[in-house]
Amino acid sequence: MQSATVDAPRISGRRLRAIAGLTGPAYFWLALTVFLPLSAMFYFSFLSDVPFGKRVAVLTLENYAAFFEKEFYRTLMLRSFRLGAEVTFYCFLFGFPCAYLLAKTIKGRWREALFLLVILPFWSNALVRIFSWTMVLRGNGVLERLVNWIVPDYGPLNLMFTYPAIVVGLVHSYLPYMILTCYISLEAIDDSLIEAARSLGARRLTVLRRLVLPLALPGILAGAILIFVPVVGSFMEPRILGGRQGTFIGTIIEDQFTAVFNWPLGAALSFLMLGFVLLILLVVVPLARRAT
Amino acid sequence: MLHSKLLRRGLASLVMAVGLAFGAAQSWAEEIRVLNWQGYGTDEAWSLELFTEKTGIDVVHDYFNSEQEMLTKLRTNPGAYDVVLINSAYTKQAADEGLIQAIDTSGMKNVADLSPGMRDNENLAPGGTTYGVAWLWGVTSFAVNTNDFSEMPQSIEELWDPKHAGRVGWRDDAIEAVMFAAIATGQDINNPSDFVVIRDKLRALKPQIRTFWSSEDEWNQFMSANEFDLATYWSGSASRSKTAFGLPVEFVIPKEGAIGWLDGLSVATDAPNPEGAKAFIDWMIDPEFYVTWDTEVGAPASANAKANAELPETAFNRAVLGDPEKVATLQFMGPMDEELRQKILELWQETKTYLQE
Repeated sequence: MQSATVDAPRISGRRLRAIAGLTGPAYFWLALTVFLPLSAMFYFSFLSDVPFGKRVAVLTLENYAAFFEKEFYRTLMLRSFRLGAEVTFYCFLFGFPCAYLLAKTIKGRWREALFLLVILPFWSNALVRIFSWTMVLRGNGVLERLVNWIVPDYGPLNLMFTYPAIVVGLVHSYLPYMILTCYISLEAIDDSLIEAARSLGARRLTVLRRLVLPLALPGILAGAILIFVPVVGSFMEPRILGGRQGTFIGTIIEDQFTAVFNWPLGAALSFLMLGFVLLILLVVVPLARRAT
Repeated sequence: MLHSKLLRRGLASLVMAVGLAFGAAQSWAEEIRVLNWQGYGTDEAWSLELFTEKTGIDVVHDYFNSEQEMLTKLRTNPGAYDVVLINSAYTKQAADEGLIQAIDTSGMKNVADLSPGMRDNENLAPGGTTYGVAWLWGVTSFAVNTNDFSEMPQSIEELWDPKHAGRVGWRDDAIEAVMFAAIATGQDINNPSDFVVIRDKLRALKPQIRTFWSSEDEWNQFMSANEFDLATYWSGSASRSKTAFGLPVEFVIPKEGAIGWLDGLSVATDAPNPEGAKAFIDWMIDPEFYVTWDTEVGAPASANAKANAELPETAFNRAVLGDPEKVATLQFMGPMDEELRQKILELWQETKTYLQE
C-alpha cells in the first residue's frame, strides 16, 4: 500500500491509459449492472406510485415518512437486526473453530477433503437447502424421530415454524462464508509466532486471545459483514421456516414488490435498511478493530 | 414478347408461392396469450388440446400470484396478453385504467346461457358495457381435515377455538384476512365500519396460526403433512384437493356467512388476437368444458346456469352452491378504493408484526 502511494505521482500518461483500459470495462460493467438499477430504485423510492401505464406519479417523501410514522416497521427492523446479529454470532461460534482446525491442525489430503465438505452445500440451490430443513425440523420429521429413538417418549420437539428454526436454517446457509474468510486469515498466521508465544510461557487461551484472534480479525470481520448484511434482509428462509414467527423487514419488503406492488414503499424500506446497515458497520467495525 | 410472358408467369407464380408460404405460416402460428392463476382452468391440458383441434389456435400461458401482480403485468406489458382473468372486484378499475377493452358478445354462443345476474353484474358490465364475461364464482371460507373432525363445524368461530391452537392455516393476504374478521364480527366485508374490533379479532389469531400459505400447491402440501386441523381456503380449490389430490378435506360455509367472489374473463387492450380471445372465452364458459373440469379435476361454480345443471346431483357446486339459502348468506366482494385498501394492508402488516412477538 505504502509503496503504491509513493509511486503514484510517477505514473506516466501512458500507464494511466493502460490502467483505464484494463480496469475500465470492469467499472463500466459494475456501473451498468449495479449502479444503474440501484439508482432507478432510489428514484422509485421518492415516487407516489409506480409510473406504469396511465398512472401518474409525483415526487414525495411519504414512503420514508411511513417508516417513522408506523411503529411496526421499527419493530420489524429491530427484529431483523437482532436476527442478523444472532446468526452472525452462531456462525462465528461454529465457524471459527472449524477454520482453526482446517488451517492449523489438519494437513494434506484430509484438508482438501474437508474443504470440499464445507463448500459442498454451496453447490445446491438455497431453496432446496431450506426445504430439506423443513423435512428435518417438522413434526414427526427426521430430528424428532432421532431424539425419540435415543430418548424414548421424549415427545414432540415443536421446532418447525419457530424463531430457532429460522436461525438454524440461516446459520447453515451462511456458515461457509465464516469458515472460508477465517481460514484465509488464520492460514496466514506464521506458526512460529504461536510457538514463540508458547515457549515464552503463554497459556493456550492467552495465545488465542492475544495472538490468534487479533491476527484473524480481518477474516472474522469480513465473514461477519458477508453474513450480517444479507441475513438482515433475508425473506425466503423466515417465510418457509418461520410460519407465524416469520415476519421480518425483508418479508415486508418482498410483499411490497410481489404481493402489493407498492414498489416505491418497498424501495424506500430497502434503502432505509441499507442506511441502517451502513451506520452499524461504521460504528461496529472500528470498535472491533480498537478492541483487539 | 415470349420472353416477357414467361417472365410475367414466373413472377406471378413466385408471388403466389410467397403468399402461400406466408399465409400458411400465419394460420399455423395463430395463438393467444392467457394471463391467469396457475392451475385455474384455462391451462388444463386436455381442454387446450380440444380447443386447438376445434379452432387451430394455440394457447400460451403466463401466471400471477395476486391481483396486484396481474394489474402490474397488464400495465407494464401492453399488447402481450389476449385473455386475462380478473376478479370482478377489480374489473372496473382495470377498465378505467384502460387495461382491458369492451367485449362485443354477440358472436359468442354460450353467453346467452349465463345466469343473467352474473352476466349483467354491475362490476363486470359497468353501465351495460361488458368488460368481463362472467366465468366462475365461488366462496372463500375454510376447509377442515375430516380426520380431525367427527362432525362438521357450523361456525366461523371454529378458527378461533382454543381446541385448534397452533393448528390453523391462514392465507397471507391482507384483504382476505380483514374480510374474515369482518364476517366473524358481523360487518360489511367491503366497507367494515369498526376497524378496532377487526384488529382485535385478527390479533386473537395469535395462538391459532400454524403458518401462512400463499398458493394452492402449498396448501395441499401443508394439509398432507398434517400441519393443519383447518385452514382458510377457496371452494374450487377444496374440490380439487379432494378430487385430484385425494386429501381428506371438506369445505365449510359457516352460519355467519362467507366471502363470495365472481371471476370474469376479459380481453386486454391491444390484444394481438381479439377474435381468438373471444373464441377461447366462449370455450371456457361452454358446458362441455366445465362439466369435465369439475367432475375430473374440481372447479368453482360456473356462471353458466346450464353448465351447473349438468353436474351430478351430489356435486358441491350443485348441491351446496345451488342452495339459495346458503347463497343468501354470502357477501360478495365488491370494488374497493385505493385508500381503504392501503388502510387494510397496513392493518394486516401491523397484525403480522404483533403475531410474531
